[in-house]
Amino acid sequence: MAEQAKMQVSDEVAISIQNMNKWYGTFHVLRDIDLTVQRGERIVICGPSGSGKSTLIRCINALEEHQKGSIEVDGTLLSSDLKNIDKIRSEVGMCFQHFNLFPHLSILENLTLAPIWVRKTPKKEAEELAMHYLEKVKIPDQANKYPGQLSGGQQQRVAIARSLCMQPRIMLFDEPTSALDPEMIKEVLDTMIELAEEGMTMLCDTHEMGFARQVANRVIFMDEGQIVEQNEPEEFFNNPQSPRTQLFLSQILGH
Amino acid sequence: MTIMTDPPKGAFRLSMLLNDTRYRSLTLQVIAAIVLALAIFYLANNVVSNLTRLGLNINFAFLGAPAGYDINQRLIEYTSQSTNLRAAFVGILNTLLVAFLACIMATIFGVLAGVLRLSNNWLVSKLMAFYVEIFRNIPVLIWILIIFGIMTVVLPGPRAFRGEDAEASMFLGISAFTNRGVYLPGPEFSRIFGETGILSAGIGWLVALAVLVGSFFGARTVNKRATRIQEATGVRPATMLTNLAIWFLPIIAFFIITGLSFEIPELKGFNFKGGIKVGAPLIAIWFALSIYTGAFIAENVRAGIQAVSKGQTEAAGALGIRPGRIMSLIVLPQAMRVIIPPLISQYLNITKNSSLAILVGYADVTATLGGITLNQTGRAIECIVLLMLFYLIISLSISAVVNVYNNTIKLKER
Repeated sequence: MAEQAKMQVSDEVAISIQNMNKWYGTFHVLRDIDLTVQRGERIVICGPSGSGKSTLIRCINALEEHQKGSIEVDGTLLSSDLKNIDKIRSEVGMCFQHFNLFPHLSILENLTLAPIWVRKTPKKEAEELAMHYLEKVKIPDQANKYPGQLSGGQQQRVAIARSLCMQPRIMLFDEPTSALDPEMIKEVLDTMIELAEEGMTMLCDTHEMGFARQVANRVIFMDEGQIVEQNEPEEFFNNPQSPRTQLFLSQILGH
Repeated sequence: MTIMTDPPKGAFRLSMLLNDTRYRSLTLQVIAAIVLALAIFYLANNVVSNLTRLGLNINFAFLGAPAGYDINQRLIEYTSQSTNLRAAFVGILNTLLVAFLACIMATIFGVLAGVLRLSNNWLVSKLMAFYVEIFRNIPVLIWILIIFGIMTVVLPGPRAFRGEDAEASMFLGISAFTNRGVYLPGPEFSRIFGETGILSAGIGWLVALAVLVGSFFGARTVNKRATRIQEATGVRPATMLTNLAIWFLPIIAFFIITGLSFEIPELKGFNFKGGIKVGAPLIAIWFALSIYTGAFIAENVRAGIQAVSKGQTEAAGALGIRPGRIMSLIVLPQAMRVIIPPLISQYLNITKNSSLAILVGYADVTATLGGITLNQTGRAIECIVLLMLFYLIISLSISAVVNVYNNTIKLKER
């Protein structure tokens, strides 16, 4: 499957980040990030907490502002121009560690909200679309419940479906399984693997190394706001180059 | 190795009443009820025996007797020959008037200040913080005095408006701000409802209100239609102009048809005549209650908005929803459940604090029934009981109304 997946990567550039820097006050969170993501590529970002991996992902759809360098998504330059931000956000889906479903709306309403208000889709079509994606994440029977009635794994799958309803070309995952217990991690990862097999461009910040091995074309290791090492998963896990990566891998794979 | 056994079923012992979870709460409740009953009995007995000892009786006949005093601020007909009951009603209406006005104005102040305090603009947010901290940390009694003082000391007396080159002039030629109050142009219907006195003018206003209610339902229909069109085609038609037209055209047409005209207050003798007089006491109590309680409401609003986690805004933003829509579709519906319950308390506070009106001579129910009537008739117990009943009923009513509203917007999570 890994071979097959790699076939789908095209030469088209989906995300291009050049010399990007970000500070929180005087704290330098991201240093000189250079990253090019091809369409169809699946990238897993790992690293110790505080390494800036989450911030990097959040910069791509302007949830965080970067101060230096450039980010280009699908040919749109991310600037302070609201039009560009809107355009990028409607093409980039995102899932959060804590799902962030809207608790006052039913599952179906959670899914149809953005298509109705952003894409101007007629309600009926939006609902059909929502049901399509709910079936895809295997919980169509929960459509009329509220987020509070669902398990964590189900909520995260709803969150994935909610992003997919905007039919994004790129998906960002910010530690999607960190708030889940092991059984639920599997159901969410299965959904993400399915998505990867369909050729979605994905950037995922996660500690799930098994997922990285199985799905990623490239694994990126970050530390102290810098990309320390990046490589194909085989190479990355079996033959890490930098001592920092070796230390990190020995600690998380060691037991 | 665990063995499941039934709990031991020993014989009932008296100590189980206190030590056994099955009986403990019941025992405590029975004891509390007995103590409460004894306390009530003691107090009631005390009241009755003291009343008999002093030769007092409970009698409400004084309500039918002439009051014998004048009230300057009144919404219904009243003379000094009217009964004490009518004087009480004048007071009740005055209390309701100032409470109603202050609730509306405090809500406006509060929502504005609460939202603006969260503004990214440093100056605006600091100004609002200053407003909140200054006004909620100084007793409302002092605010009433300050505002009343400003009105009576700084503003000119009616006398200053007299003569060729008067010291004071009327604002825009139609309103007079004097130390006795503000005189505004009084609306009148010259056709259809005109001529025949206060009652028909009142009917005119009722019809105007009915027209506005009609506009409300008209606007709702337009908005529902917009939602239907949006659901069918995806595009929400612009409704603002239609809404404006629906709100304003009928009422303007009504005013033109009925020949609405304004009577401009004029200086006659020692005072202004004609138009509407809003007395200085009413303005002082109204404004003081509004800014004071508005500061509390501002904090409720801020707390409500901040109670919605940042993740909600981020998730909506990541879906491409614009900030204005995030506010109306995601943040406010969730913030309301935090804002409304404490808002009830603030409305109740306004209503009860309006009893401070007596300080500046505003004739609310505490000043009429609980003040002059009480002093003149000596019927202290009756007056205070009636006063308590009134505030209790009005507070419970406000509570009930806002609770109904709260239930309609309550967060459904399951």
